[in-house]
Amino acid sequence: MSGDGKTALSVDRLSIRFGGLTAVESMTFDVREGEVLSLIGPNGAGKTSAFNAITGYLPAASGEIVYRGVRLNGLKPSRIAVLGVVRTFQKTSVFAGRTVLDNILIGLHLQSRQSVLAIILGLPSVAREERRLVEQAREVLNFVGIESHKDKLASSLAYGELRMLEVAVALAARPTLLLLDEPVAGMNSTETMNFMAMLGRIRARGVTILLVEHDMKMVMRISDRVVCLNQGHIIADGPPADIQRHPDVIRAYLGERHARAQG
Amino acid sequence: MRRLAILALLALLLSVPLWVGNFYVLHVLIVTGIFTIAAMSLNLLLGYTGQLSLGHAVFFGIGAYVSALVSLGFAVHLAPDWLVTLDPQPVWLAMLCAVAIAGLCGWAIGRVSFKVRGAYFVIVTISFAEVARLVALNWDELTQGPMALNNIPPLAVSLPGLDEFDFIGKVPNYYLVLVAAILAYVVIARLVHSRAGRAMIALKENEPLASSVGIEVTRYLVLAAVVSAAIAGAAGALYAHYIQIVDPNVFMFLYTVTMVIMVVAGGKGTLAGPIVGGLIFGLLPEVLRSFAIRPEVQWVAYGVLMILIVYLLPNGIVPAVASLWNRAGRADAPAAPTTGSSPGRIVP
Repeated sequence: MSGDGKTALSVDRLSIRFGGLTAVESMTFDVREGEVLSLIGPNGAGKTSAFNAITGYLPAASGEIVYRGVRLNGLKPSRIAVLGVVRTFQKTSVFAGRTVLDNILIGLHLQSRQSVLAIILGLPSVAREERRLVEQAREVLNFVGIESHKDKLASSLAYGELRMLEVAVALAARPTLLLLDEPVAGMNSTETMNFMAMLGRIRARGVTILLVEHDMKMVMRISDRVVCLNQGHIIADGPPADIQRHPDVIRAYLGERHARAQG
Repeated sequence: MRRLAILALLALLLSVPLWVGNFYVLHVLIVTGIFTIAAMSLNLLLGYTGQLSLGHAVFFGIGAYVSALVSLGFAVHLAPDWLVTLDPQPVWLAMLCAVAIAGLCGWAIGRVSFKVRGAYFVIVTISFAEVARLVALNWDELTQGPMALNNIPPLAVSLPGLDEFDFIGKVPNYYLVLVAAILAYVVIARLVHSRAGRAMIALKENEPLASSVGIEVTRYLVLAAVVSAAIAGAAGALYAHYIQIVDPNVFMFLYTVTMVIMVVAGGKGTLAGPIVGGLIFGLLPEVLRSFAIRPEVQWVAYGVLMILIVYLLPNGIVPAVASLWNRAGRADAPAAPTTGSSPGRIVP
């Protein structure tokens, strides 16, 4: 299932420091085109820090981050989004005071081209583009299945719908690599099932997905590969089945004594 | 329905000089109109990008001074033996210069705010206004300092085949300000309902998320600052050629505060908000005066009303009315949006 095997994103010896504290130490992994790669690890393992470094929200202390041949180190988040790398946030993050449709229209920013002068002059091309954007926004909402809520304020959505909206905003930016930071945290099982179905539809469109998630059932079911981090280091990298049996992973999650008891 | 309401409002505004014979009332309306334009410009920055410019009077003052100086001409030593002179220019050209230079100052402020947001942006803008006031006060050779620039010519337009028309007196100036206000409204309305306006709103609502979908946040912050400053500069230019005298007091903090009150009370982040706020707080002092209350009582009443509005309608008058309207319109529908930032599309 893992695409054509070509490397999309490569993270090479990435280190991230906060003052004297090292959050990520010499992390190396690749994401291949079209695959779903999950990054797992106990809390504080450095998963979200790695996400932030890849998407330009945190500076890398050392190491290289390259997406489709372009070095991402030092680029602004907006520039990285232009290259097709778009993320969601761990803490639910939408434009809460706007309607669902407005949220998607904001997400479609890169799909619009009209200049400020054309906008102020009110040229017909501006109105044409607006109509096209609304059409695209509806398609996106339809795709994630929240079109019926399009005129509601984002802040009035139920939690599961809110997280769907979050992904919809990211999808509106037309990612080729989508990074999802704990997207199903706090969802009930129905919502999680819906979300997984949607992830399937996203990958069917050829979007590569990098996932940080604690819900192991989900990780094991949808990932092509899993990378396990502990205390800033990669301790395992492989298909889900191998990861589940990997002694270091079991030790990281369940502790030394459990590993001995099993052993 | 909405179109009809707008037409009716326009007809009402256009007909004002026909049924208001009192020149003093017209004068109050003109000045109110000028400050309403300034409030509209502040709203673009405060209401849509969420950045509070507490030195907004600086753009108004720069517009007034530039327009006055270009139309009067000046001779100023930039170095002991480097004299720069400018002959008096037509007023329309002076006004364009005012808009351009105010916009340029907006750009500079916007660039500075590349790094600073929130409270720091407020401090930068206050400082900028104070520096501008001190320059106007002390650079006698250019600005006449506290002596003020006097005898500023009124706007004169000459159309081919017609005699020159001077905007002297209340009625022509009323229409001039009305047209300028409509222009400013249209520019701001088009901007906020476009991709640029959405980018500004996104910056206010959630900056990290905005940049994650590719919005160059700084670019749109600078754009808002430039357009906002240019419109405030135009309001300042209108003021200079109407009042025909400009002194360093145009940079006073009080003017900025007046604009902020108009925007916040009317409803920031709504197109109609600064207009409603501008009309109420521009006309209120005069209305109170007409009741012949003592001045102290007047100002106390003004203050009490302001506190009441902020206390009872924290999002401003327009969003409150809009949500009432929505609730009345569809009683069975779920609660209407009440946040200050949302009703931009609901109200005209």
